[in-house]
Amino acid sequence: MKVLKLILKNPLRHKLRTALTILGIAIAVIAFGLLRTVVTAWYIGVEGASANRLITRQAVSFIFPLPYAYKDKISQVQGVKTVTFANWFGGVYIDKNQFFARIAADAETIFDVYPEFLISKEELETFKRERNSCVLGQGIARQYNLKVGDIMTLEGDIYPGNWEFIVRGIYRPRDKTTDASQMIFHWNYVNERMKEEMPERAGDVGWYIVQIEDPAKSAVISEQVDALFKNSPAETKTETERAFQQGFLSATSAIITSMNIISFVIIGIIMLVLGNTMIMAARERTREYAVFKALGFSGKHLTGLIMGESLFIAALGGGVGLALTFPIVAGFEQVIPKGFFPVFQIEPITVILAVSAAILIGIAAAIFPIHRALSTKIIDGFRFVG
Amino acid sequence: MSAIIQVQNVSKSYWRDSFEVPVLKELSLEVAQGDFLALMGPSGSGKTTLLNLIAGIDRPSQGKLIVDGTDISTLGESALAKWRSAKIGFVFQFYNLIPVLTAYENVELPLLLTKLSKAERRKHVETALGIVGLGDRMSHYPKQLSGGQEQRVAIARAIVTDPVILVADEPTGDLDKNSAEEILTLMERLNKEFHKTILIVTHDPHAAARARITRHLEKGDLIPEGV
Repeated sequence: MKVLKLILKNPLRHKLRTALTILGIAIAVIAFGLLRTVVTAWYIGVEGASANRLITRQAVSFIFPLPYAYKDKISQVQGVKTVTFANWFGGVYIDKNQFFARIAADAETIFDVYPEFLISKEELETFKRERNSCVLGQGIARQYNLKVGDIMTLEGDIYPGNWEFIVRGIYRPRDKTTDASQMIFHWNYVNERMKEEMPERAGDVGWYIVQIEDPAKSAVISEQVDALFKNSPAETKTETERAFQQGFLSATSAIITSMNIISFVIIGIIMLVLGNTMIMAARERTREYAVFKALGFSGKHLTGLIMGESLFIAALGGGVGLALTFPIVAGFEQVIPKGFFPVFQIEPITVILAVSAAILIGIAAAIFPIHRALSTKIIDGFRFVG
Repeated sequence: MSAIIQVQNVSKSYWRDSFEVPVLKELSLEVAQGDFLALMGPSGSGKTTLLNLIAGIDRPSQGKLIVDGTDISTLGESALAKWRSAKIGFVFQFYNLIPVLTAYENVELPLLLTKLSKAERRKHVETALGIVGLGDRMSHYPKQLSGGQEQRVAIARAIVTDPVILVADEPTGDLDKNSAEEILTLMERLNKEFHKTILIVTHDPHAAARARITRHLEKGDLIPEGV
C-alpha cells in the first residue's frame, strides 16, 4: 500500500505507450473471447444433449435412411418410453445463405421427446391437426419476423419441388443450451408426396430418437435395439444423444482444436506485449529503483511496485477488452446465420478464462523486470544510463 | 568530538570481466560527529566509492566500517536497508527525484517506511520543505522546478527522517553558480544549525572550501592531512 500511489501514477509517464499496450491487450482479449465463444457455441449441441435420449441411425452412415417400420419394434424394447423419428429435409428458404435446420418429424411425438422445446398446448394441437403446418424455434421466428399464420415456402433439394408450410406454433427454449433455431414439420406431409412423386423413397426415416426411462440403462438398451436389426439390410447404430452430437463434431475437431490453440496463442501474444512494456519501463527506471533501495525500500516494495503496475495495466486492458467483447459477440450473433450456431453467447467459463489470463499475464510480465530490479546493485543502478 | 564514522583499513576492488580493479587500498579515516568533510580528487581516485561505502550502499572487500556505533560491514541486506533509512540522508548530483510525484510526495517517500501517521508525516514534510525554502512549492512536480529547486527538494528528502549523516555526491555538479551557492549555503546551515554530519564528494574547489575539512584521494589512497 505504501507504493499504491506510484503504481497508479507510473503508467501515466508514457501515456501513448500505456494506451497502446492497454489497446493491444483489449484487442487480444476480444479475439480470445470471440474464439472461445465460437468454440463453446460449437459444443453447445453436446451440452444440450439429454441423458435419457438415444439416437438410432443407419450403422453404415447417418446419410442412409432407416425403414419407418423400425418404430414399432424399437418401442417394444424394455425400458423405452417413447420413440419418435426425424428426417433432415434440407431445402432453401429465401436463398442458400439462410441456413437453419429444417426437420420433417413425427408431429405426434416429437415434442414429447424434446420437453426443452416449450410450446403452448393450443399451438401444439393445431400443429398436430394440420398436415402442412410447421413449428418454428423462437430464434428463427425473430430473425425472419415470422408469426403464427404466416406461410413459409421452401425450395426442396433433397426433396425436390416447392413446399409450403403454415406457421402454427413458435417454441421457446427452456435452457440456455437449447437450440431455438429449428423448423419442424410433419414427416407424413413429406412422405405422402414422396409416395406420389418418388415412391422408392417413401417410408424412409432419417433417425430415431428413443426416449428411455433410466439413463443408466442406455448402453443395454442401445445393444438391444441394434440386436433387433442385426443382419438386416439396414443395420442400426444406437448411441446416446451426447455421443451422437460428439460424432458430428469429430469431423470438425481439427478446426476446433486449431481455434482452441489460437485462442491460447493470443494469450501468449498479450504476455509479450505487456512484458515488453514492463521491461522497457523497468529499464528506464533502473536509476529510480536504485534510489528507492538507497532510501531503504526493500525488495518486497519494489516487487509490489512493478507487479502492481503490471497487474494494473493487465486489468485495465482485460477489463476494456471484456467489456467490449459482449457487444461485439452480440453483433456477431446478429450477422451469422441463426442455424449455424443455435446458441452464440459468452459463457461464464470464457469470462473466467479471460480474467484469469489477464491476472496471469500481469504476473508473468512482471517477473523479468522484478528480477532485474532486485538483482541490480544500488551503485550499478546509479551508474546506469538508459 | 567522538568519531561518528570510522573507516578502518578498508579496501575495495571491482571485477571487470576477469580483471580485479583495486579502487581503495587499506584506507583509514575518522570523521567526528558534526563535521563537514569534503572529499576531493581526480576521477577514478575512489572518492565516490568511499562515500558509497560509508553510506552503506556498497560493501568493502576488506576492512571495517563503523558508522554511528554500528559495524555496517557485517549487516545483512535487509538490516543494512533499515539502517540506511534511519541514519543516512542522500543527495545526488542529478537530484534523482521521482518525476511522477510532487515535491511533497518525493519528500514524503522515506517517511513511508516509518510508522508515522499521515498527519505526522505531513508535519515532517512541511518542516523539511520549509527548511530548504520550498514551502510554497509542495504541489509542484520536478519538471515544474528549476535545477536548484529540485536539488533543494532532494535535500529536503534527505533530511526529512532526521538522519545523523548526510552524504552528497557532487551536489552542485549539475547547477549554475547561483544555484550551487544556494545549495552550499543550505548545507552549511544544516551542519551548523542542525548539527548534521555532512560528507560531500566534489571536483569543485569552491564547494570544497565551504566544508570544514577537505581530504584528497589519489589512486585509492587518502593523502595525509596537510600534504
